[in-house]
Amino acid sequence: MALTLFEKLWQEHLVESSVDGDDLIYIDRIFLHERTGSIALSSLAADGRKVFYPEHVFCVMDHIVDTYPDRTDDTTMPSGRDFIVATREGAREAGLTLFDLDDPRQGIVHVVSPEQGIAQPGLTLVCPDSHTCTQGALGALAWGIGSSEAEHALVTKTLRVKRPGTMRVRFEGELAPGVTAKDMILHLIGRYGAGGASGYAMEFAGSAVEALDIEGRMTLCNMAVEFSAFTGLVAPDSKTIEYLRGRPYAPQGEQWDLAEAHWRGLVSDPDAVFDKELVIDCDTLEPQVTWGTSPQHTVAISGSVPVPRDADNADDKSSATRQELERALQYIGLEQGVPLQGNAIDCAFIGSCTNARISDLRLAAAILRGKQVKKGVRAICVPGSMIVKAQAEAEGLDRIFTDAGFEWRSSGCSMCFYAGGEHFGERERVISTTNRNFESRQGPQTRTHLASPATVAASAIAGAIVDPRGYLPEEYR
Amino acid sequence: MEKFEQHEGVAAPILRGNVDTDAIIPSREMKRVSKLGLGEGLFAGWRYREIGGREVNPDFVLNRPEYAGASILLSGSNFGCGSSREHAVWALKEYGIRAVIAPSFGAIFANNCIRNGLLPLELAEQAIAAIAAWVAEAPQANQPLIDLPGQSVEANGQRYVFDIEAGAKRMLVEGLDAIALTQTHWPVIEQFHEQRKHKYPWVY
Repeated sequence: MALTLFEKLWQEHLVESSVDGDDLIYIDRIFLHERTGSIALSSLAADGRKVFYPEHVFCVMDHIVDTYPDRTDDTTMPSGRDFIVATREGAREAGLTLFDLDDPRQGIVHVVSPEQGIAQPGLTLVCPDSHTCTQGALGALAWGIGSSEAEHALVTKTLRVKRPGTMRVRFEGELAPGVTAKDMILHLIGRYGAGGASGYAMEFAGSAVEALDIEGRMTLCNMAVEFSAFTGLVAPDSKTIEYLRGRPYAPQGEQWDLAEAHWRGLVSDPDAVFDKELVIDCDTLEPQVTWGTSPQHTVAISGSVPVPRDADNADDKSSATRQELERALQYIGLEQGVPLQGNAIDCAFIGSCTNARISDLRLAAAILRGKQVKKGVRAICVPGSMIVKAQAEAEGLDRIFTDAGFEWRSSGCSMCFYAGGEHFGERERVISTTNRNFESRQGPQTRTHLASPATVAASAIAGAIVDPRGYLPEEYR
Repeated sequence: MEKFEQHEGVAAPILRGNVDTDAIIPSREMKRVSKLGLGEGLFAGWRYREIGGREVNPDFVLNRPEYAGASILLSGSNFGCGSSREHAVWALKEYGIRAVIAPSFGAIFANNCIRNGLLPLELAEQAIAAIAAWVAEAPQANQPLIDLPGQSVEANGQRYVFDIEAGAKRMLVEGLDAIALTQTHWPVIEQFHEQRKHKYPWVY
């Protein structure tokens, strides 16, 4: 029978079918971070339960840690130290691999895991973090869970999961220069709504996905959860295999050959049937920016802020109502119907598990080279991992950022969210490469506009939301 | 885990879509390495006048006297989307919420609910609107009655039937511990683990 990639991965990990309507799924790798992992580990210890297979469990410090160069366990966030210490002690007691604060491999969990070769095609991987779907870019079945589920996976190496439906999103055509994976996923969510993939595991396919490098695919899969998908997946291909070759936790020698042979078969069969299919034309896709307080509030850069009363006449009543649009507009502080371009920004942020890998930093730096951030705009770059940071410094990118007026930080989740520590100012307008523009997500009443690294870099120079295509250097045109 | 069978209580409406877990409990309110002490931070951004403050916003539904003691929430689609933080569920529980009625839920949030004895109850948008309208007439008197074994909600003389996965229902009704339950399947898991080691050696 013809199977989709998701169905193959599910079957390969199915311990027992229909345990009370759920499937019992075997878990190959577990990642924990100090924000939610600390609670899972301490709760487990309090219940006297043990981690079944510690060799397959990894921890990293990313959510609460400061990103200043001289950071310590004492964080700007009050009580942050408790989370860091609890994770360190929990990891040591349980015998888990920890990428600690001072480890040169430290970074954001979904950047570190692929970088180390821990995420691999065909593996199931979970983490108490919703953006775990990022790692589906390598053909792993990776999804976010809660702390209780993390405890379940640690103790039993399984999870009880309701099997999701299958969806394929085909991105066809060719992206124009300056249009990126971030624009693809923002457009998808904007077009079909934040609940668009609820109940589905999504496979991204089509010529535009095949053309993306692995890091671009990670950006695409990262925001599958903002589309309410169980997870996002891209079938492994030669790019995936070359990406993984030689990474520290990737198979070596004979084991590599066995793995590679298996990975090459991890594709949806040509005549496999998906429960739902969507097709997006990439030839005409423009850079995308959010205007509101949900990732579904996305428009093309040439577009305008919506007029809420138009929602009353819309054919599709399942999307946002007039009331919701009015509320979002009031929060974001923009006039209805005005062009998105040209609205002044206070801050620009390049970071997060969505867009802080080396290719993101190279693109932003190419736009920033020899330019200055507009006076009065605060601009910050937080590399996705300390390895990304070191690589960028070896290429001289840090100098481009700092010469332009960006702050250059150590790695962590940083101001993707406001955890009580560092944050953007009240009602400040921030253009950001992150994944969530929720109310007060990046600071008290902070107004977030999600966009690609290219759009954020160009907007930082202009001091306003702009189309990055006018700022591209020769080599990116 | 606390069992859920029948529950009757004051229902508070937050009738908008995509209520995310950052709104249910902002990250800045997750101050301790603990599942406790989170009720105070529930909906903090809406419930209090200022970020980080505790002066109540009298307009927010849970602060209005007619909705005092609310134990059911009525909301829009995709409730609990966003961050996987289980703190959202712990905060709702500690505040006293036993069930959330919405047209759909964020998947991770719904799982977290079931692991903690909170019922994520799916009804159609029109049914929720009808219940909310009836509740609004006299919130303290007009209390919906949820019957989980019978899979129904009674409100205003109407009986609304809802669907729920058999496994989730059993977990909630019997108040089961998922880990202990799965451990009863241990021989099968161990056998699978050994077979997988043999078949996919590079994974180990």
